Amino acid sequence: MEKKQVSIIVNGERKEAEIEPRMLLAHFLREVVGLTGTHIGCDTTNCGACTVILNGRAVKSCTVLAVQANNTKILTIEGLSRGQNKLHPVQKAFVDKQGFQCGYCTSGMILTSYWLLKNRKNVSEEEIRAAISGNLCRCTGYDSIVESIKEAQEMMKEEGDALEHEQEITVRSKR
Amino acid sequence: MIPPPFDYFAPTDIQEALDLLNKYGEEAKILAGGQSLMPLLKARITTIPYLISLSEIRGLSYIDERKGALHIGAMTLDCDIELSGIIKKRFPILADAAGQLADPLVRNMGTIGGNISHADPSNDLPAVMNAIGATMIAKGRKGSREINASDFFIDTFTTALDHGEILTEIRLPFWGNSSGGSYVKFKKGTWNFSVAAVAVQLELDGKKVIRSGIATTSVGPRTLKMEKAEKFIIGKELTEDTIKQAAEMVARDSQPASDSYGSEEYKREILRRITTDAIKNAHKRAGGE
Repeated sequence: MEKKQVSIIVNGERKEAEIEPRMLLAHFLREVVGLTGTHIGCDTTNCGACTVILNGRAVKSCTVLAVQANNTKILTIEGLSRGQNKLHPVQKAFVDKQGFQCGYCTSGMILTSYWLLKNRKNVSEEEIRAAISGNLCRCTGYDSIVESIKEAQEMMKEEGDALEHEQEITVRSKR
Repeated sequence: MIPPPFDYFAPTDIQEALDLLNKYGEEAKILAGGQSLMPLLKARITTIPYLISLSEIRGLSYIDERKGALHIGAMTLDCDIELSGIIKKRFPILADAAGQLADPLVRNMGTIGGNISHADPSNDLPAVMNAIGATMIAKGRKGSREINASDFFIDTFTTALDHGEILTEIRLPFWGNSSGGSYVKFKKGTWNFSVAAVAVQLELDGKKVIRSGIATTSVGPRTLKMEKAEKFIIGKELTEDTIKQAAEMVARDSQPASDSYGSEEYKREILRRITTDAIKNAHKRAGGE
């Protein structure tokens, strides 16, 4: 088994490593890069705790090889906030509306919500529930999560946020 | 869970991929989005010594409207199929199926070519290919060949592709103006496979059906083309009674097994209901009542 060199931009910073091809993206992020905000829940493509944004799309990082993510841009929960004490609107909405209890699913929930709200306008409750159907929460019964996402949508609308943040990430990654 | 060790290749052109496939023979497998393969590898249900990824090959992801058919690149993401305007317009049956496939996160990584060539009897797109009468383009070292959907799905995880071939494109021949289709899936919980699903594509001349394609998911060793029901509705108006009889044929001709998803009898009843819904919806979309 030949090791492979990968170069992945994680939260705007280029990360390079020589890894076994069988290494999963979730393990790359947690163990090589050292970002443990990406959780591993079921490890069987069901729960979505490991959700990250790969080239703008929310995916399950336990079901992607790190080598498949070579030359891509990854956004993890650690890269979402705008610096210390400055939460992204989706994060703030989850705090304000109590969109979590134990917190295990939260980073995945927030990133899926971020992907949804960045790509679609005026999403309905039905669309929200469909969008998070690949993210399982065993505490909240989902209602407070749905409320958080609705709140986040309002906050992002006010801020005209989404694009601005994406540009920021792009600029950082060019360095 | 970590997959067993393998060597990984990411060739940048299809010829190189074919050469690698040929070099490593049955020990090699093509990796598309990996949304079916990765869970199997992680659970160590299968071992693949050589994985050949198509992700670095440019030009395998497209939805092109050509004369007489829609051409779809094998690496086109399921989410792009789901949201494509041209697919919603020309083949809503495919948009239905893509939009119900697994969950949104899986659809963001999974591909149409992977879904089809993996040939899991519970994968949704094979039935749609059968109902539409799609053509698969298989590329080998000596050139390309076309395989009809009805000849493509052979058994569980087995297709008509040779070991040295790669599915590169799917062609969906356009049906007439008064045509429409529907895919109805019955499942319990996002994370489960379907109990049963059915794809129905119809073309009308006035009130009568002049062409039909009907196929199932999850109720046999592979997607099943329901030829008896297809033929039965040709030349007929879709009255309640005709639809009921066609649905009965689908329920009878399917091959469900009793398992944790339900008994054989239960699955046949589900099929009766979803086939009725699918025919009615396809009829409506074809411009019928």
